[in-house]
Amino acid sequence: MMSGGPLLVARELRKSYGPTPALDGAEFSVRTGEVVAVMGPSGSGKSTLLHCLAGIVTPDSGTVTYDGRGLSAMPDAERSALRRTEFGFIFQFGQLVPELTCVENVALPLRLTGVKRREAERTALHWMDRLEVADLGPKRPGEVSGGQGQRVAVARSLVTSPRVIFADEPTGALDSFNGERVMTLLTEAARSSNTAVVLVTHEVRVAAYSDREVVVRDGKARDMTLERTK
Amino acid sequence: MSIGHTLLGLLESGPRHGYDLKRAFDERFGHDRPLHYGQVYATMSRLLKNGLVEVDGIEAGGGPERKRYAITAAGVTDVEKWLEQPEKPDPYLQSTLYTKVVLALLTGRGASDLLDAQRAEHLRLMRTLTERKRHGDLSDQLICDHALFHLEADLRWLELTAARLDQLTAEVRA
Repeated sequence: MMSGGPLLVARELRKSYGPTPALDGAEFSVRTGEVVAVMGPSGSGKSTLLHCLAGIVTPDSGTVTYDGRGLSAMPDAERSALRRTEFGFIFQFGQLVPELTCVENVALPLRLTGVKRREAERTALHWMDRLEVADLGPKRPGEVSGGQGQRVAVARSLVTSPRVIFADEPTGALDSFNGERVMTLLTEAARSSNTAVVLVTHEVRVAAYSDREVVVRDGKARDMTLERTK
Repeated sequence: MSIGHTLLGLLESGPRHGYDLKRAFDERFGHDRPLHYGQVYATMSRLLKNGLVEVDGIEAGGGPERKRYAITAAGVTDVEKWLEQPEKPDPYLQSTLYTKVVLALLTGRGASDLLDAQRAEHLRLMRTLTERKRHGDLSDQLICDHALFHLEADLRWLELTAARLDQLTAEVRA
């Protein structure tokens, strides 16, 4: 593990959808190069926490600080740029653009930041190779299996060399074998490039790939590793 | 695990010395719990008495570790029977965790922290096994997976119990 100082820190996060509080004073932090699992029962607020940390959702109160900068105080354009260049995202499914080939999908985040096609696809192929799916380059997402598609999505999340990857149930639609392969390749790639991973999962065997776990229950996040060493 | 049957099975591929048998057992099945020499020799003398193995030769130097054992026809039949016989599934009805939860509630303590602490402890072991699996060969992966699936089952039980704690508290204290 190559962890540095805190990279992303959340303090006292509160967020309600109507009368229902999704987050009720949640605390969280992740260091550079660290893999943190966010666990908890369905509806506990773990996805809301991830969305607040990634600047997709603005909390009602509390702060999210990324690399010393407050996310809430940032203009929209700056926050969007941050999400494109320094954050990577992996979801459970439905994240690849069906009309594009796999290599075009992986290259897409680079193309959106203005990188030329040839260079973007070269970098994309490098990451696809790391994820053992380089041969799928010319295929469209509809022509590959669920496990292969998810590896393509992981390659896409890594292509901009982000500092944080947000993964929301990344193995949720896969069988055990493919799920574990995706987790092995994702955590190896992230650790070797010193990328932090915030991993939302309800599967403990997936959480076992993390360095530590944070449990969200009733909108409150508890760092179990810290509590155990107190 | 039946050490006798395992050692017999290892002898099927050819005669071996006692120390060689121990090494083969430890390599394949011992993992964190290697056999003691005493166990090997006690087991071999029982198998010898029952006619399931015979002494194939004795190396000069004496001592029990110098005997070379070979499986007999009766031994081969015994291994075959053992392999065909399904293992009795563990009923898992005696659980220390369950006892602790109920006792905590019975004595007026909370069980929530106990469940959380146990969950963290289980996950810690799962992390160690996952790491070992990543660096291990297929045998390592299979044995670690066996442990990981059982630990996962425990964790699912911990989660479900945490969700039913209010109900259980009311029932236990009624």
